Order: sequence, then structure tokens, then C-alpha cells
Amino acid sequence: MKAPKAVAILKDNLWANNPIFIQILGICSTLAVTNSLNNTLVMTVGVALTTAFSSLTLSALKDLIPRKVRMIVQVVVISFYVILIDILLRAYLPEASRQLGPYVGLIITNCIIMGRAEAFAQANPPLLSFWDGLTSGLGYMAVLMAIAAVRELLGFGTLFGLRVMPEGFVPWTIMIMAPSAFFLVAMVMWWAKSVQARRQTAGKEAKK
Amino acid sequence: MTPLINPVTLFFASIFTSNILLTNFLGTCSFISISKDWKSSFGLGMAVTVVMTITAAVSWLVLEYVIAPLELEYLSFIVFIVVIAAVVQILEMVIDRASPALYMSLGIFLPLITVNCAILGAILFMQIRHYGFVQTVAFGAGSGLGWWLAILLLAAIRERTEKNPVPAGLKGPGITMITIGFMAMAFIGFSGMIAVQ
Repeated sequence: MKAPKAVAILKDNLWANNPIFIQILGICSTLAVTNSLNNTLVMTVGVALTTAFSSLTLSALKDLIPRKVRMIVQVVVISFYVILIDILLRAYLPEASRQLGPYVGLIITNCIIMGRAEAFAQANPPLLSFWDGLTSGLGYMAVLMAIAAVRELLGFGTLFGLRVMPEGFVPWTIMIMAPSAFFLVAMVMWWAKSVQARRQTAGKEAKK
Repeated sequence: MTPLINPVTLFFASIFTSNILLTNFLGTCSFISISKDWKSSFGLGMAVTVVMTITAAVSWLVLEYVIAPLELEYLSFIVFIVVIAAVVQILEMVIDRASPALYMSLGIFLPLITVNCAILGAILFMQIRHYGFVQTVAFGAGSGLGWWLAILLLAAIRERTEKNPVPAGLKGPGITMITIGFMAMAFIGFSGMIAVQ
């Protein structure tokens, strides 16, 4: 793996092409657990690992898979890794596994994983695909952890289950409920797009 | 758990109070990209409803008579995905034979549905909450209708607000997310009516 290319992929996946605020992928399966930092962390680590390993596998197998049955092979490989993660969670983090419930299984239909497999792993060597999957997962994690931090802090007055707000703090019930997640995602998109647009115009003016 | 809920209650609850999209966030991806256009939304919503009802019922049968007796629970994710893919494929062929007109309007949406999180989500909820067969069908149909309702509402709102001025950074998906947020808030208003979950 060449170092400059790896760095470029990292930057691209974390910022310029972030799965959430630019590509709008994979929001479905994870947004529901963002009212607690612990669950979000477990879930996004799961997504990042699944993406990385399924990209690795699919990239290694890409010459063996006939194009026609590509989709179903991808889904089976992804399901395989998700089952592994589910079993690991049940064994080592039974509490988190119980709280996440069906959402662990829903990692399978997370569009990021399939998206990376299709867009990147198809045309790149295995190690680079692994890196690409991992960094996509990190970009995804960064945004969701930020959202989860706001929701847990204002909704329960805690961070990672530890009390941080003063005694008299009244929790914002709306933050625990579904609408706040939509609003916060919109806020992140707004912020990221505005910053990117400003940089672009700044770059253009510098060229003149 | 919840084996005692009346299927009729469950049906209405899954449309309004625990709408699979607005309270569980399932199926948001295709929701945002398709809802630009009212007609496509209608087609996709219908396809999701049909597929969800059938796959929920089939998965329940598979779970009860194949997976449970053979103790293959750890494979259930793969089995469900294959069931969804198979049902979608069969449905595509049947509709093509039976009604070419319907196929023209529904056909392009069917493959998209295989990777719609809402379908798999409904099945996994069904498994975790131990629903009976009638409850499963009611839940599947209700969740599908709820999704259909939500996408139609959003498509209608987006058509109206398309020309409205919006801050540049919020254009497109950003403002759509905010609209969905408001819809979710409106749907919370239903939540006092029936208590499920």
C-alpha cells in the first residue's frame, strides 16, 4: 500500500466524501441508537469492521465472482461478517447486544458497506480496500458519535452513562425521541456543506 | 413479551404510533432519494407494503418450521436476506405475467427493495418480539402502510417547498432531513393513543 494514496483515502472518507453528510448513506440502521454514546460506539465499530472486512474479502475474490451474481455474493459475505459480530457481542457484551436488539442485524442492509464494496473494492487491491472500508467506517463513526454526544448530554444529562450536568438540569425529552436525530443530522450537513463551499470559493479566488 | 397484543391494535399502532420510518429510522436511504417525485413515491410505497407483508409472513413460517427445529438461529440473518431476495424475485415474475401494466409501474422498484432496511427491520422486530402469525401479518402490513403514508406525505411536502428559498448549505438532503424531523414530531402526537412496545 502506498502511503500518499492511503492518506488521500483517509482524508476523502473522513471529510470530502463523508458517508453521512455528503453521500447520505447508511443512516437508517444506526440513527435509532444515537441516544446513547455507548450503543453508538458499539454499533459504529461494528459497521466499520464489517465494511473493512467485507471490502477486503470481496476485493480478494473479485476475479472469481461472476458479474451476474455479484450482488447476492456481496450480501452473503456481508451477512457472514455481521453474524460474527452479533455472536461476539452476545458473548462479550451481552448488555449492549440486548439493547441494540434488531439493529445489529440491520448492519447488513447498511448501504455504506455495499456502496464501498461496489464503488471501491471492485477496482482496487485487497489491502487498499480494507483501508478504504475502515476509514469510511471512521467517517461514519465521527459524525454519529457527535450526534450521540449531543443527544445523550441534553436528553439524559450524561456522557457514556456518567452524569455530567449539574443537579438541577432538566433533561430535554425531545432529544431522546426520534425527531431530534433528524434535526441534528441536518445541522451537521448544513455545517459541513457551508464549510466546504466556503473553502471552495476561497480556493477559486486564490487561483485568480 | 408481547404475545397478547390484539393484531388490529398492532396494525394501527405500526402505521401511526410506532411508524417504522419516523420512530425507528428504517428505510431512510431510499426514502430521501425517491421522495423527490410523488409518482415514484407512490410506486415504491406500494411495492414496500406488498413485499413487507409477504416477506414477514414467509419469514415467520421459515423461522417457525425450518430455523427453530434445526436450531439454526445463528444463521437467521442470512436466511432472512435470502427469503427477501427470493420473494422479491418471485413477485417480480408473477407481476410480470399477471399484469404487465402494474409491472411497468412497480417493476423498477422491486430490486431496490431487497436492500431496504425497513423490510429486514420488520422481520427482525418480529423475531425479537415473538409475534404470532396473525400478529406478524398485521405488523408487516401496518409497517408497510406506515412507510407508504410517510413517503407520500414527504413527497407532497417536498413538491410544495421545492421553490422556497433555503440557505445554500441546507439545500437538498439537509432540508429534507429537517422536514422528516417535523413529520416525526407530528407523529409523536399519535403516541398517546395506543401504547405498544
